[in-house]
Amino acid sequence: MTRQPAVAARGLVCQFGPVRAVDDLSFEVAEGEVFGLLGPNGAGKTTVIRVVTTLLKPAAGTMRVFGLDTRRSTMRVRRRIGYLPQQLSIDGQLTGYENVWLFARLFDVPRRERRGRVEDALAQVGLEKVAGRLASTYSGGMVRRLELAQALVSRPRLLVLDEPTIGLDPLARDSIWERVLGLRAEEDMTVLLTTHYMEEAEQLCDRVGLLLNGRLRAIGRPRELEAALGPGATLEDVFRAYAAGGAEQDKGGLRDVRSTRRTAGRLR
Amino acid sequence: MSAAPAAPPVGSAERPPAPGTIRLLWNRTATLCLLELVKLRHDRTELYTRAIQPALWLLVFGVTFSRIHAIPTPGRLPYLDYLAPGVMAQSALFIAIFYGIQLIWERDFGILTKLLATPTPRAALVAGKAFAAGVRAISQVVVVLVLAAVLGVTFRWQPLSLLGSVAAVMLGSSFFASLSMTIAGLVRSRDRLMGIGQAITMPLFFASNALYPTALMPAWVQAIARVNPLSYEVNALRQLLLGLPGNLAIDFAALLGAAVAGITAASLLLGRLAR
Repeated sequence: MTRQPAVAARGLVCQFGPVRAVDDLSFEVAEGEVFGLLGPNGAGKTTVIRVVTTLLKPAAGTMRVFGLDTRRSTMRVRRRIGYLPQQLSIDGQLTGYENVWLFARLFDVPRRERRGRVEDALAQVGLEKVAGRLASTYSGGMVRRLELAQALVSRPRLLVLDEPTIGLDPLARDSIWERVLGLRAEEDMTVLLTTHYMEEAEQLCDRVGLLLNGRLRAIGRPRELEAALGPGATLEDVFRAYAAGGAEQDKGGLRDVRSTRRTAGRLR
Repeated sequence: MSAAPAAPPVGSAERPPAPGTIRLLWNRTATLCLLELVKLRHDRTELYTRAIQPALWLLVFGVTFSRIHAIPTPGRLPYLDYLAPGVMAQSALFIAIFYGIQLIWERDFGILTKLLATPTPRAALVAGKAFAAGVRAISQVVVVLVLAAVLGVTFRWQPLSLLGSVAAVMLGSSFFASLSMTIAGLVRSRDRLMGIGQAITMPLFFASNALYPTALMPAWVQAIARVNPLSYEVNALRQLLLGLPGNLAIDFAALLGAAVAGITAASLLLGRLAR
């Protein structure tokens, strides 16, 4: 029997006033796959993520998660997703354990399993020894790992990571990559991530989609895209080649730049 | 030969059954209230600093006006006794009316986005946050209650009266927290909300029966006091804690109606914050 795709976008359009953030986008992510959406600031990556996570209703087209329409089956879609937003989003007034416990409750993890599931999620990201500390005392990398534990405690079928390593130092970034690769190997979890770090996409993704001005310009395995450009080409070369052809460099705007800086600032 | 079926991956584990709407609302409200208690346990500083203002109202305003007998009270009740429930409701109001700032802070830090992506309806999220404000307000009211008792205010300490008082403060606070979250959804900025909060807090307090009987007010202020949920909260507290005559059914109906209307309005505007 053919497994239905974990994510399926068909003719997706998202419009904010006169700006068409996503323009007739269609792509699929197979179950168990790690798929990366690449693109410069303002390309529409986060808008796509907001549609997948049911936070935004598309103006046209459909988005299905495991066959469920994100517009109609909002709650059922949310129960299948673990989401790590671009901004750092833990509550510093709570301990690491309490931060994860909150999400176990919000995802209706049964009481008899809750403690074990929270401890498992913290162990998966290597934070079990510091779980009793207030999250405000965590480093940037630890905060990101704690957020990953929050996303994992409900045992989602689809993990959505929006710029998971933005602003992290190389060691913290490695640590996040290691966890994501571990999840793919151990849990057969589908991962949809956005990034503008080409090295990250090469390391983590089975396939990538290159998004520019809300449109998908290229899709495929990183090596296939590199080979298509020419011998010795890297994914960064592929990115530059497509970006030079169509990106409006300032489309991300000051708001996007500020958001990125704010996130990076909080991680220091 | 067919391959042996693989063990079901952890990621594909059966979803827990989705609870019904009422259970979901109760579950989320209880979760967010518990979370507020946990935060209070971690940091009690706010509890102490916020106690200063109500203490001043009781110690300075209350004691002075009790001595000069300037304000007539029902049944020649000592003014300090009459004032104490008003100060309790006021301290709960001051906590709840700035709750929208927390929501904007959560929006700025991405916490709200993440909460909205959980299987939690917006109304349940707002109700949870509104009643969490009630939990924080209760902790403050307990401080005022003890202080007033130390100053000689004679309360009725029956368990039912105390439970009723908790319910009145929870409902009143959840309305004012929802009002704050509604304004947050409209203005979407901490600074603007802070300004509006400061602009409406004292008028809400003065245009109520917290400090003096409404019969002493000019007619137009009386009209505002009649639609001000704070008046119904104070009325309920005076009946429950001091045994003053009144109509608890009307007070609780008004508080419940205000809380439901506030939660509905804030839920409808929550999406504006998440954009």
